[in-house]
Amino acid sequence: MRALDPRLVRRARPVRVLLGADVAIGSVTTILVLVQASLLAWIVARAFHGGSLHDVSPELIALVCVFAVRALLAWAFEVAGRRAASTVLSDLRVTLAEQRLRTDPGGLDGVEAAEVAVASVSGIEPLAAYFGRYLPQVVLACLVPVAVLVWVAAVDVTSAVVMVITLPLVPVFMWLIGRYTEERTRERWDALRLLGNHYLDVMRGLPTLRAFNRSKAQAAAIADVSEQYRRTTMSTLRVGFLSGSVLELAATLGIALVAVTVGVRLDDGRLGLQAGLTVLLLAPELYLPLRQLGAQFHASADGLAVADRILALLDDGPARMRTLVPPSPAIAAVRLRNVSFSYPSRPGRVLDGVDLLLPPCETVALVGESGAGKSTVASLVLGFLDPVGGSVAVGDFDLPSCDREAWYRHLAWVPQRPTLFRGTIAENIRLGAPGATDIQVHEAAALAGADGFICGLASGYETLVGDGGRPVSAGERRRIALARAFASGAPLLVLDEPTADLDPESEALVADSLQLLRGERTILLITHRAELARVADRVAVLSDGRCVEHDAEVVA
Amino acid sequence: MIRRLFALAPAPKGRLALAAALAASTIVFGVGLMATAGYLISRAAEEPAILSLTVAIVGVRFFGLGRPVVRYLDRLGSHDLAFRVLGRVRVHVYERIEPLAPAELESYRRGDLLSRVVADVDALQFLYLRGLVPVLAAAAAGCVSVGVAAAFLPSAAIVLALGLAVAGIAVPLAAGAIGRRAARGEAAARGELSAELVELLTGAGELQVYGRGAEAMARVRETDGTLSRLAARAAAADGVGDGLRLLVTGATATGVLALAVRSHADGGLSRVMIATLALLALASFEGVQPLSQAARELASTVAAGRRVVELTDREPAVRDPADPAELQSGPVAVALEDVRARYAPGDPPALDGLTLRLGPGQHVAVVGPSGAGKSTIVNLLLRFLDPEAGRVTIGGRDLRELRQEDVRRTVAVAGQDSHLFSTSIRENLRLARPDAGDAEIESALRRARLWDWVAGLPDGLDTLVGEQGRELSGGQRGRLVVARALLANAPVLVLDEPTAHLDTETATSLLDDVLDNAGDASVLLITHRRERLERMDEVVELPA
Repeated sequence: MRALDPRLVRRARPVRVLLGADVAIGSVTTILVLVQASLLAWIVARAFHGGSLHDVSPELIALVCVFAVRALLAWAFEVAGRRAASTVLSDLRVTLAEQRLRTDPGGLDGVEAAEVAVASVSGIEPLAAYFGRYLPQVVLACLVPVAVLVWVAAVDVTSAVVMVITLPLVPVFMWLIGRYTEERTRERWDALRLLGNHYLDVMRGLPTLRAFNRSKAQAAAIADVSEQYRRTTMSTLRVGFLSGSVLELAATLGIALVAVTVGVRLDDGRLGLQAGLTVLLLAPELYLPLRQLGAQFHASADGLAVADRILALLDDGPARMRTLVPPSPAIAAVRLRNVSFSYPSRPGRVLDGVDLLLPPCETVALVGESGAGKSTVASLVLGFLDPVGGSVAVGDFDLPSCDREAWYRHLAWVPQRPTLFRGTIAENIRLGAPGATDIQVHEAAALAGADGFICGLASGYETLVGDGGRPVSAGERRRIALARAFASGAPLLVLDEPTADLDPESEALVADSLQLLRGERTILLITHRAELARVADRVAVLSDGRCVEHDAEVVA
Repeated sequence: MIRRLFALAPAPKGRLALAAALAASTIVFGVGLMATAGYLISRAAEEPAILSLTVAIVGVRFFGLGRPVVRYLDRLGSHDLAFRVLGRVRVHVYERIEPLAPAELESYRRGDLLSRVVADVDALQFLYLRGLVPVLAAAAAGCVSVGVAAAFLPSAAIVLALGLAVAGIAVPLAAGAIGRRAARGEAAARGELSAELVELLTGAGELQVYGRGAEAMARVRETDGTLSRLAARAAAADGVGDGLRLLVTGATATGVLALAVRSHADGGLSRVMIATLALLALASFEGVQPLSQAARELASTVAAGRRVVELTDREPAVRDPADPAELQSGPVAVALEDVRARYAPGDPPALDGLTLRLGPGQHVAVVGPSGAGKSTIVNLLLRFLDPEAGRVTIGGRDLRELRQEDVRRTVAVAGQDSHLFSTSIRENLRLARPDAGDAEIESALRRARLWDWVAGLPDGLDTLVGEQGRELSGGQRGRLVVARALLANAPVLVLDEPTAHLDTETATSLLDDVLDNAGDASVLLITHRRERLERMDEVVELPA
């Protein structure tokens, strides 16, 4: 966590006008604070030397006016800062969504997606303080002390010198303590997170705890862990709060020092009351921007940790040119030649020299143990991933150089964990075929073995599913996704375990349907079921990152 | 509602008082510093003997040095309080929720609402830290300032009291009222945007393949725009609060100054006190500054608390009988007799008219498609749920006549929903039998055919399995859950879809291993798959 992360600062570029406005507002506010202190000192000194209320009333009115303008500026500061912040955050979210969609659409599973969504909507909320307040404050923290010092020097040079001497103490102390704290904090961070997650873990596992008669004992464990959490955190905070206190100490000591030296010189008659009071009133303003800077950084700290996660997802190399228009797989074969692939996040190669041919209108089954890389092959054929070595081609065209959207138009896909979107079942089936008639939708559902259970629902095809809709079982979800793929009419079907979670009757039905489609469409059928592989023209076995082809009959 | 929250999250009274006192002292020290400094300078301007300034100088130094110290203690004290409260709330909520899980939390388990409840519980720690303590501190410190002012100039004290009340009560309430609708809309928009994003991120591949990516992106942009607009409105409300507070501060300080000037001109007030009172008034407003945030914080804490209370208010439907029957140990028969069960009164029955018998040492399978009520059988056997009609028996006794503990000692479940805790393999297994030694653990792992793998790990039994067993493969998770159930050494072993996420080969070998090694235990296999059904003594088909 750096005080000024360049990746974040870059994100603020589109709102630099708003942030500049914030700095301008802050600067004007500073001038008003200087005027306010001088007015106040003038009024007090005048009254001190016998002035009546009448003598000082124009200045009193002016003082109220200064406060009124400051109030207006405070409102503007908040509005401009927060608008800048929300623009940056929303930009971050939209970019993230767009990039996931464009560059790695198969990359996140459900749990991760939920985490990232929550992180990018609520998790980065504390970052609003970073963009809206902290960034303008960085500039103000440099400008304001200089302005205050100049004004004080104009009134009383000696006090300005005293202030200059105390001022550097603040950053030096901060740095010393900050370094120490940072190390300690990092050491304890993991321990803390472990303790903090304990409660969630226990709550999630409550049914299991109860089933083993262990749930009552857990109340004591929760109390213990909470107590341990409190002790560990408090010992971190005891050091963590020191940095704030040192800043405060420097500030109050500075004020006390100025007050006492000014007092002594007043007593000698070397200084007037008005000058002395002005200096005293301005002393806190000297340290205030620095203290606010610390507080605001602290306030955005949680958001910075979350931002790290999101920025890591955004980190991406230069985009590759994808301009070729691929031919339809109805007329051109898809061929993987000596393809190797490895995920950046995982060591070792998932695929190492895979050859696979999908001739037009043939059904090819891809079998292999779990973890053999079958879904990775699917992602390569779909164009989600580019091979690390070897080539993926459609006819004579290199697939990674082809326009992805043009390629997608030829595809239908049932992933291992299909997604149901908010809407009716019919809308979900129509995802790839918005113009499909009701009859076509029902036919596709029947092919997928879904028509039966859908018609059994009270609202049939109009039943709402997805988030907030009717809960569906894994088998139902898969059959709706299959119906979606059948309805789309695309020439190439990529089916990743289309019968997992299905009961034997439905599985047989799907096998029959695939038999019907055989010869009409190109099908890549990923499965570990021998029964299903039987409908294929050819069977490819994936093991140890390589692919061996057999005729269907050999396996059957 | 607030009172119920304080009951839900009780704070130790002494610590609460201490935290409030320290927070108030912080403000008072700040006021003291500025007021004594003002006094010192004014008095010095009269050019008295330097000795007569000593008290004021000491005062300035005392407040100047003391304030950071008090502030440091204040922050420690209030955070300590928050963590203590958090511990208490967690235990309290856990004890209330524990008897409800899982059958009566069925609706909460969907979509992992439980973790939201956890977040709500955690939010309650701020009830004091950001809600109550600042309010108490501002009130106490305000009284001190007003009291001091009253000792010198009562009219100024009245103006100060009024100003503090307006800035501390009226302004936060007004800003809150302006911002409330925006804030509520913001929360809803945030939920909506999260849902859109989850959908887009999970379904990114399908959206792209089916050419709907741009459309989904447009929806995200639109929701995001709504959120930004609402955020701008909320910011405007906060800005109004900030501005008004500053305006009131200025008006009050000027008013006090004017009164002091007039009182001095009338000869009532020493001229030294003019600056003192003006600075005192100006510094006093530090206490009311956090109150706008406190009001917001309280509102969201109340909302979180309401969701928690809704849960803790439920009475568990399953209770131990007053005079429980004893259950003999050793092999027993288990039966469901013409059972009908449902989770909530309005719901359709999850099971209707099911009869199922499992004799001692028998192996029985229940086969049915998803949604046929297979998991409900488990909930009934563990007495997480009581049947609406019919009865569930162990050894011929109705479960309702037995202690829940005895029932759960008799039935061990390895299910698809069985939770793996974020700790070591050993601790996850010992859950089933806390006194189990390493030899017994090894034997259970051997029976689940997992020992060779565990023995080969560098940390062996101490290997951490990660959050929800994330560090293990699906097959390893399934086997570990089975090993745990075997370790329990219960007379009845229930396997609830243990092979759901496994490929055919892994699934059959796991099933074979369990059936080979079940010993005397009766086994109830609940599944939607047909592998190895020939090895069962009986197969019961559930209708869809």
